[in-house]
Amino acid sequence: MSASITNSVASFSGLFGLEPKLPKLAPSPYFWMPPSASVTTENTDALYNFMLWMSLFFSVAIFWAMVRFCVKYRAKSRAANEIAAKTSQHNTMLELTWSVIPLFVVVPLFVGGFKGFVNLRTPPKAAMEIRATGQKWKWLFTYDGLGTPDDALHVPVNTAVRMIINSVDVIHSLYIPSFRTKMDAVPGRYTDLWFKATQTGEFPIFCAEYCGTSHSDMLSRVVVHPPGGYEKWLAATIAQADSLTGKDRGAMLYEKQGCSTCHSIDGTPKVGPSWKAIYGKMESMTGGPAMKVDENYLRESMLDPQAHIVMGYAPAMPTFEGKLSDKDIDGLIDFIKSLK
Amino acid sequence: MAAPSTTVDVVAPRSSGSDNYLTHDKGVLSWIFTLDHKRIGVMYLCSVLTAFALGGFFALLVRTELLTPQRTIMDHDTYNQMFTLHGAIMVFLVIIPGIPAALGNIIMPLQLGAKDVAFPRLNLASYHLWIVGALFMLSSLAINAVDTGWTFYTPYSTTTSTAVVPAAFGAFILGFSSIFTGLNFIVTMHKLRPPGMTWFRLPLFCWALYSTALIQVLATPVIGITLLMMIVERTLHIGIFDPMLGGDPVLFQHFFWFYSHPAVYIMIVPAFGVIGEIIPVFSRKRIFGYKFIAVSSLAIAFLGFLVWGHHMFVSGQSVLAGTIFSAITFLIAIPTAIKVFNWITTMYKGVIHLDTPMLYALAFLWVFTIGGLTGIFLAVMSVDVHLHDTYFVVAHFHYVMMGGAITAFMGGLHYWWPKFTGKMYEEKVGRVGAALVFVGLNVTFFPQFILGSRGMPRRYYNYLPEFQPLHVLSTLGAYTLGIGFLLTAFYLYKSLKSGKTAPMNPWGGATLEWHCSSPPPYYNFHKPPVVTAGPYDGYENLMYDETISGYVPRKEKIV
Ligand code: HEC
Ligand SMILES: [Cu+2]
Ligand SMILES: [Cu+2]
Repeated sequence: MSASITNSVASFSGLFGLEPKLPKLAPSPYFWMPPSASVTTENTDALYNFMLWMSLFFSVAIFWAMVRFCVKYRAKSRAANEIAAKTSQHNTMLELTWSVIPLFVVVPLFVGGFKGFVNLRTPPKAAMEIRATGQKWKWLFTYDGLGTPDDALHVPVNTAVRMIINSVDVIHSLYIPSFRTKMDAVPGRYTDLWFKATQTGEFPIFCAEYCGTSHSDMLSRVVVHPPGGYEKWLAATIAQADSLTGKDRGAMLYEKQGCSTCHSIDGTPKVGPSWKAIYGKMESMTGGPAMKVDENYLRESMLDPQAHIVMGYAPAMPTFEGKLSDKDIDGLIDFIKSLK
Repeated sequence: MAAPSTTVDVVAPRSSGSDNYLTHDKGVLSWIFTLDHKRIGVMYLCSVLTAFALGGFFALLVRTELLTPQRTIMDHDTYNQMFTLHGAIMVFLVIIPGIPAALGNIIMPLQLGAKDVAFPRLNLASYHLWIVGALFMLSSLAINAVDTGWTFYTPYSTTTSTAVVPAAFGAFILGFSSIFTGLNFIVTMHKLRPPGMTWFRLPLFCWALYSTALIQVLATPVIGITLLMMIVERTLHIGIFDPMLGGDPVLFQHFFWFYSHPAVYIMIVPAFGVIGEIIPVFSRKRIFGYKFIAVSSLAIAFLGFLVWGHHMFVSGQSVLAGTIFSAITFLIAIPTAIKVFNWITTMYKGVIHLDTPMLYALAFLWVFTIGGLTGIFLAVMSVDVHLHDTYFVVAHFHYVMMGGAITAFMGGLHYWWPKFTGKMYEEKVGRVGAALVFVGLNVTFFPQFILGSRGMPRRYYNYLPEFQPLHVLSTLGAYTLGIGFLLTAFYLYKSLKSGKTAPMNPWGGATLEWHCSSPPPYYNFHKPPVVTAGPYDGYENLMYDETISGYVPRKEKIV
């Protein structure tokens, strides 16, 4: 699209500090489709293009007939009282012909779509597995060997990857346009999808199923590493995650666990209360006495958020039970204490 | 062809000063408690048009917000409420009752040659329920407007803090209203056909309403129960759909689409009916393939029940289920294509008059073709995985619902306006309005196909800056549409005040409503008409009389 408009918008919003960390949409070589970066896109794009031409053919034929008839048979005026030529009003052969022609078109489409779909739904046996968890409004990706989830999807190029998807709250949908695939994240069950990236680089991930306030900010990115790059990234991330302690660990988790989608650290209320200077303060509760924000309160807020609801907020926080280790919780508490 | 004729007891043609259904009784109460199908239809029409204005207003707000990739005029939550209200109002309050309950109520009994519908009281109850349902839905707006999308997907809908219950309960009540109309129409068409009105002499509009009524009666109870279960879960915390309570959220989607896919046909099949009336009359030629068009409506109604799972290819539903739903979805393409081909063929060698109703019918053919063809993209399973929940879907169903159903509704409104108001609107302005609507529609929704294919998800408040130019174009289209509809509202209103008196038969239609005066008398027909010919026969025996700007029977019959 027009690059100048895009740039001026970006700088305009940057000026006001509005620009969120958006995944970059790689420029696409196609007009209709985003870049194609997985083995599974071939079927989708071929069918899509076929239908595009087919639609063009049928619509042009129909519009041509329509416009031509309107011009050719247009009445002079009502007063002229012309009488339409007698033509047949019914022709079974014709009806059958145009019932059968669409059939010839749709049967191959159905078969093609079916084959592509079965392929999309059948991950290769040897695929590497990564877990994706949808939570309001963040995707978390869990890797083998990495204790804390990451908020971006890192994968090696030319390797089949199976994503095991679930959700902790409402239905989300993991959508990677450049791989032409998506799958709903349903609470209480696992779904999956697979792909095999063919291009290195970064591609956006969206949440495609409406999930409330910040549905449209539930963005992430796939980082496709060149051969060897994925292992290097994993090793570095593991080393970093293990070494971080105390409030640095908390600061890292604040981003990576998605606390930042609902809690600010500068005093602005979002979906949840800001963490700025809450430690030590008396917090009023919906349907209960006020509570002092201390270590135990903070711990409970993370593990059993519905136990006490801060006045003026909805019970919207998912539980982090099982997702945060004791070390993580300590880190977060230290981090919150540090926000004076 | 032997000159067919239809014997009708004509009551004081074109003397609108005489007694008609509008002047028969006076006072507000004579309207609110009327049992006359025409008055109920007119009340429905006014209410539906009001709801349309409201839903359209929300649409313009949504489109304005989307002018920039971040905040433009409202915050996240307000945006979510706006698109939910836009969708819910347009679906439940406008398109579902639009053609059947408003235009159908006024015209169907006239076309049939009946004095009224079979159950006039039920008809009135249907309208009163519509009002109650609408009030419930709007009360949600006053409390804390719903933000679930019109689809009410669980568990979001059972956990969000907005006023879901009044809105869902409103939709539940509106369901009853719709069932009542459907039931009434079925019985009316079975029982009140006058002598000679055989099934295959039924106008296509009646056939379409009949097929629609079957869906209304059979499918609507399912959405009623589903919404009720959702309300029960939300208020009493009984686990049905919410996995936290031991329920299954995907079950809700099955129930929801079991109704809502057929509901798509509740919205579009009546539109087919309107187009089937307009095209032959304005081509001065009998419709081509009458039986195929009539029966294809029934086929669509039937098949429409078996495809709901095509909304759920990526919900985790099994591959086998997906395959079956996809296959049957393709089958629906066939009766739909049959209709379009027959309409076009009807125009062949006709004598085509491009008045406003015909312009809307042509606009319908154009946009519906695009809407239908893009539906095929979505039926192909692997392609749907990419396009599902993107703007491609938004564009597709707006081409079908807005482009199809609303365009046909506008066509029907203009076609029958002289009949039920007794006034002519300014034809030239009407054509400008139709052109604006047509251009606006395409400019609004065509860019959305590109957006969606390129990966723009639907229901997004913020979006990547790369998508902005197409969004701006779409918004400009929406403003054009808005102007087109405002203009239409203006000249239609003006015609009521100062329009020329309408003749009995301004377009030269052969169906029975054109045998009544404009506006029709209170009892429609004093004696039941005796029908001896098909609904599109005998245009050659009508002659345009310039002195009254309408058609009258030709004196010397043409053989
Ligand atoms: C979906 C939004 C959301 C996410 C994500 C979220 N929270 Fe919350 N949080 C809330 C809301 C809403 C409240 C206030 C209601 C309540 O008390 O449960 C809250 C309250 C809290 C409180 C109590 C604050 C106070 O002022 O008393 C703490 C502590 C907290 N959250 C910690 C966390 C941590 C740690 C994370 C990340 C690991 C997190 N939250 C992620 C929504 C969220
Ligand atoms: Cu989401
Ligand atoms: Cu459907």
